[in-house]
Amino acid sequence: MIQALLARLRQGHRTLAYPKGVPTLPDRFRGLPIVDSSRCPADCRDCANACPTDAIAIDDRGFRLDLGRCLFCTDCVEACPDGLIRHSQEYRLSVRRREDLVYDGRTLKLAEALDQKTRRIFGRSLKLRQVSAGGSGACEADLNVLGTVVFDMGRFGIQFVASPRHADGIVVTGPVSENMRTALLDTYAAVPAPKLVIAVGAEAISGGIFRGHDEVHDGCGALLPVDLFIPGWPPHPLTILDGLLRLLGRLEEPGQTA
Amino acid sequence: MSDIRFAAIRTGQAISRARIPQVPFDEFRQTVVAAAAEGRRVAALFGDASGPPGQVDLYAVLADGVRSLLHVGQTPIEVGEFAALTPDCPQVHLFEREIAEQFGIVPAGHPWLKPVRFHASYRPGCDAWNRSGAGPVVGVLDFYRVAGDQVHEVAVGPVHAGVIEPGHFRFQCHGERVFHLEISLGYQHRGVSRALVGGPKKRTVHLLEETAGDASIGHATAYCQIVEALAGTQVPIRGEVVRGVALELERLANHTVDLGALAGDVGFLPTAAFCGRIRGDFLNLTALICGSRFGRGLVRPGGAAFDIDETRRVQCLERLDAAVHDVESAVSLLWNAASVQARFEGTGAVSIETARALGLVGPAARACGLEHDARQDFPSGIFRFVQVPVSVSLSGDVLARAYIRWLEIQRSAAFIREQLHSLPAGPVRREVAPLGSGQIAIALVEGWRGEICHVALTDAYGCFSNYRIVDPSFHNWAGLALALRDQQISDFPLCNKSFNLSYCGHDL
Repeated sequence: MIQALLARLRQGHRTLAYPKGVPTLPDRFRGLPIVDSSRCPADCRDCANACPTDAIAIDDRGFRLDLGRCLFCTDCVEACPDGLIRHSQEYRLSVRRREDLVYDGRTLKLAEALDQKTRRIFGRSLKLRQVSAGGSGACEADLNVLGTVVFDMGRFGIQFVASPRHADGIVVTGPVSENMRTALLDTYAAVPAPKLVIAVGAEAISGGIFRGHDEVHDGCGALLPVDLFIPGWPPHPLTILDGLLRLLGRLEEPGQTA
Repeated sequence: MSDIRFAAIRTGQAISRARIPQVPFDEFRQTVVAAAAEGRRVAALFGDASGPPGQVDLYAVLADGVRSLLHVGQTPIEVGEFAALTPDCPQVHLFEREIAEQFGIVPAGHPWLKPVRFHASYRPGCDAWNRSGAGPVVGVLDFYRVAGDQVHEVAVGPVHAGVIEPGHFRFQCHGERVFHLEISLGYQHRGVSRALVGGPKKRTVHLLEETAGDASIGHATAYCQIVEALAGTQVPIRGEVVRGVALELERLANHTVDLGALAGDVGFLPTAAFCGRIRGDFLNLTALICGSRFGRGLVRPGGAAFDIDETRRVQCLERLDAAVHDVESAVSLLWNAASVQARFEGTGAVSIETARALGLVGPAARACGLEHDARQDFPSGIFRFVQVPVSVSLSGDVLARAYIRWLEIQRSAAFIREQLHSLPAGPVRREVAPLGSGQIAIALVEGWRGEICHVALTDAYGCFSNYRIVDPSFHNWAGLALALRDQQISDFPLCNKSFNLSYCGHDL
């Protein structure tokens, strides 16, 4: 017993001050890519060609990056002959509508809070059932992390629960393999209404690296009404927590990143 | 094995496919069965349909850890069936089911021939179960059943209570006692193997990083070793060190969180809470090196995509020491708590004979007394120059599997410290030449779950005509099923966590 107490003393208080203070992310952290597309040479498609998930489109409407497909890898950064793409430290990435993830390289419209009526129901207590539908274990790991003392999402009233019957919504990871389609739909159906659907990671949003495979459904968007998209590969736990709190209207700050 | 006709190669080596002897099936079967009986392991057994139409070639890779040699042989199957090896060599049971599912040829006499991943055959019109019409439906199959008035069946999954991947578990119970557990997976099947054919493409390395998300470094390293072998590229030594450090950080993070989860499963909350956090410290060390907590983008053909500069090196060492100190204080509580020991000890024991027969790998095998560790048996990369002691226990139970993790945490930490203290100078990455055509390459990497085996065959253009991934989970799921025999069903979470196998690594 005394050893457990001594260990407890040694381990100390480790919960982040977030959202009051934002912890320092590593300098190589790959957050929101910033693209200076005004300086792109005409007809250069090197970044688009290098992108493993074809997330980049360049046409007469200019440069567009679909963050729902983006793996936040460095392939486009390395491919750009003029070094116009860089990853910022910006970890806030979540949006409410799929089209808001298509990003011009400068400003991203972040998720708005739920309407007031729904917020009254979920704002102070949100129970979520997680369904991995072809998820690789990485998204799941960084969702699990939210339950640790570091992020402690329980202090915001958010919790993962074991049964869909106890849940207010589901959190989907993975590209939705055909073999998980029925189980995902059954789980969703078992959650009492009103209910939320949150898609976490490139795979759940667009199929990610598996996009176009016969074995998957390119994310959950075609099967379920998604209320919150959290991009990343996998998203950093802070990105996920930011998205959840934004959805619940618990962050008081502007809804746009630049 | 002295008269073996299979070709002998080393891990990270490529040879011409023409050098793989094609032997008659009977000889092929006999060689594999004899090798397994003599204590070698079947690292891979797979089909390949890139030859003449209607023909499926079977390839076997036999691992001889004592001599660090891999023996590769091949046999053509021209008819729709072959005599199953499983009755004489149980460790190939799942490989044969995979071959049946992918190519529609029947391993006749297989005692439990069922689909593995529930997908349509790679060869349209050839189905091992003569199914027709709509594609196979996952999980729809007859389970092994124990009959009797007092026997009941418990079905769990595919969606589980925790935040984990999906799979189905079917228990045959008598009261609390489990007579038999059957594990039926395939829910995570995303078509990884099929997508790798024709590569390397721009998606390939990312697919490998997502094969098993918590073992990104392990799978990416195996893939890069394959590419480097086929291209004849030598990785600069500094690049090898960075990769080795990343591999051991991955081991540290996963072993730490598993010890925490084991503590949580027996209601010992201090260690559960501490380790959940400390895992993050190790993940953040990987992020310090490359920006991604899971090492995405770090390991690339030719070396490493990120260097560890001087400030980073010093910071890494400081933070490693702090995290290791924390994990020591958290984990030592486990070994001093009688309540924890009472729950771990004797639970889910697997005998060394069973482990050998099933061909278990990784910590699960070492916990049973088998000294298998690819870092020692088939050293590649930096492990050719630096030996990490193999951690072995004997009891084969949850306690042994937990204790192995603890030993490996200490040894991985010591390895990283040593490497960072003597980081060699030079570049971390080198250009990769075009891949050789008509080759076979094999890479074995000791991931945190155990041996990751990749085998690639290239065509006349130097593209992958076949790329096989054998995740350690593929060997070890059967170990978990047998660990549950005669256990209480309430001990399942504890046993499951002590193995902590990958669903997507198995389902591909």
